[in-house]
Amino acid sequence: MTRRLNMIEAINDALSVMMERDSNVVVFGEDVGYFGGVFRATAGLQKKFGSNRVFDTPINECGIIGAAVGMGAYGLRPVPEIQFADYIYPGLDQLISEAARLRYRSAGEYTAPITVRSPFGGGIFGGQTHSQSPEALFTHVAGIKTVIPATPYDAKGLLIAAIEDNDPVIFFEPKRIYNGPFSGNYDKPVEPWARHPDSAVPEGYYSIPLGKARIVREGEAMTVLAYGTMIHVAEAVLADKGIDAEIIDLRTLVPIDIETVEKSVEKTGKVLIIHEATRTCGYGAELSALVQERCFYHLEAPIERVTGFDTPYPHSLEWAYFPGPVRIGEAVDRLLKV
Amino acid sequence: MADRPASEISARGNLPPLELHVPEPPFRPGDPVDYTYLEIPAAGLLARPDEACAAKETHSLCDGLIRVLDDDHQAVGAWDPKLDPETLRRMLRVMALTRAFDDRMYRGQRQGKTSFYMKCTGEEATSVAPAFALAADDMVFPSYRQQGILIARGYPLTEMINQIYSNRADKLKGRQLPIMYSSREHSFFTISGNLATQYPQAAGWAMASAIKGDTRIAASWIGEGSSAEGDAHAAFTFATVFNAPVVFNIVNNQWAISSFSGFAGAERATFAAKAIGYGIAGLRVDGNDALAVYAAMRWAANRARSNGGPTLIEHFTYRAEGHSTSDDPGQYRSAHEREEWPLGDPIMRLKRHLIALGEWSEEQHAAMDLELIEQVKAATKEAEKNGVLGHGMHHPFHTMFEDVFEELPWHLEEQADQAIRERRTKWPEWKES
Repeated sequence: MTRRLNMIEAINDALSVMMERDSNVVVFGEDVGYFGGVFRATAGLQKKFGSNRVFDTPINECGIIGAAVGMGAYGLRPVPEIQFADYIYPGLDQLISEAARLRYRSAGEYTAPITVRSPFGGGIFGGQTHSQSPEALFTHVAGIKTVIPATPYDAKGLLIAAIEDNDPVIFFEPKRIYNGPFSGNYDKPVEPWARHPDSAVPEGYYSIPLGKARIVREGEAMTVLAYGTMIHVAEAVLADKGIDAEIIDLRTLVPIDIETVEKSVEKTGKVLIIHEATRTCGYGAELSALVQERCFYHLEAPIERVTGFDTPYPHSLEWAYFPGPVRIGEAVDRLLKV
Repeated sequence: MADRPASEISARGNLPPLELHVPEPPFRPGDPVDYTYLEIPAAGLLARPDEACAAKETHSLCDGLIRVLDDDHQAVGAWDPKLDPETLRRMLRVMALTRAFDDRMYRGQRQGKTSFYMKCTGEEATSVAPAFALAADDMVFPSYRQQGILIARGYPLTEMINQIYSNRADKLKGRQLPIMYSSREHSFFTISGNLATQYPQAAGWAMASAIKGDTRIAASWIGEGSSAEGDAHAAFTFATVFNAPVVFNIVNNQWAISSFSGFAGAERATFAAKAIGYGIAGLRVDGNDALAVYAAMRWAANRARSNGGPTLIEHFTYRAEGHSTSDDPGQYRSAHEREEWPLGDPIMRLKRHLIALGEWSEEQHAAMDLELIEQVKAATKEAEKNGVLGHGMHHPFHTMFEDVFEELPWHLEEQADQAIRERRTKWPEWKES
């Protein structure tokens, strides 16, 4: 049995399924309890599972992550929510120095089976404190997995896999596509998820392995490497232009599915990397380096990188910042000219 | 406004210019030491509120000092835990063993057997006595100066030394700085090295224990210096909000490397007084009085175990030696501080108490000290069979890449191959033992 769900509903469903299956799963964060979260991702969970397992916390991200580390050491499987990825910084020491290294420093005596959920990315007029994409801060850290879903089907399956994983996982949810896929044309009406094939979400338990990319569309003209919101923008731009591109949704940034990437690049010879985060030292830099190191002799054109600009995310000029169809289109044209 | 050049800063009416206060310790190297400014109440004066009392009933204790052992070496007052002589002798023995161990390891570092060591000399009571007051399976989240807990819980000295030497038998596979122990079997959390991070973790562990309806509680230790970290605020806030069964210890040993306690706020308030603002129970205890420390921890543990919530205990003590093997306290504080410390030495005080009770003697004590030196020596010899730091007897190369994740991802496999190849290039004859 499948149902049509949007991203929020799929995430809520994943949490519910895992709380049902494993009494060690606990969910907490700012406003996640009675109210059900500012984006409603935890709606109804407190009523269903009780306030012992689903509760609000003080506004203190260091405390949220630090308590999660302690709970993990006890044997629970905490799924804390950080209300916006932009708010995660006060919890960074607990993530980077603690959660990420417990297994290593204790030679496996203690682990941090924590999944930190957090909405990220722009496109909702959130200004500089509700729009950031800080994934590269985490992919740079040894011992943390970073996972980003792009569809309701993936959101549920990947979140379940993340919760079951015995290592700490940063699970960034692209909030622009919570309610519908996004073509990048902000001046057009929002498409609901219901019309997208990947909004068909099976009931009950299923999981999608971490570290495995998804080929969104097979093609020959170029390889597009992206994740989250940018998958949908890339799809729309390339369809508009009638380009037979192979689009790869990485889904997990660390550990990355390098095999799928290599295979595709060897076939197409051209690479377009897209992310919304700032450019310098963004995850695209790592992707570009990996492709160059491993597929150099298959490359037929310089690798193209389309990203947000190296500025804070502006409020009124949000769409000027966003790596939209024009910026992507230019890069596609450059790749095809070679 | 703030970036006006100094010449443009004009007086506002007749207000004096603002002045920055940079704390300065009372004594610096060479200074004579006079501790009369410290308020040291006599032993036995303070009332012992019921363990189930409202938190605010403890708040007057946050400015006092719970003391049990008096100047005549007798245990007096409401806080006397009335321990039997056998328990007192065991506590004395663990404290003395901790000191003997520290002395030997410090020398080992000076002899080049390892890179680093930290003693807890003068502070043994603040870890050993709480370990006696807690249940063996209560979870402790220590800082780097609570080796006394591990010794009290019976962790083998040889294992500690293997860790200090980072040798091939080190259970932590040579990954951690010396003394950053971990032992799940002894309910002893892996020591971080980043300060105070263990505090909100202890709160979280205690919350988990409450979520599960367990009976175990958590206890954590930080120094007065790191009580300034935001993690301490996070921990107190979570613990009070969720009434977590956790005991927070602040070991106020007066010095954080070279910074005196004034840089953590001691000029304005006691560390125990932080409890008042969070509405949790607070106790301030003579940290060199093992009986007082035991009594305070017992009170807090009983309270936590009965759903009475968190307690903050300040242990007022003195760091008798340097911060670690990497600093020379002679550069920043007066050597007379240790000699003049008005609360004495915790081992001497407990010893004299036992002698006063007729349950111990100088001869027995001297014999015990010799025996402990031999015990540490034997453990050291045993550990040295597994190598010392930097002499090749480390864990296999591949282990460097293990435990980053539960399973080794492709990029770490590639990097492990690289590391082993480099080794072979440098030493073609090399074989992994």
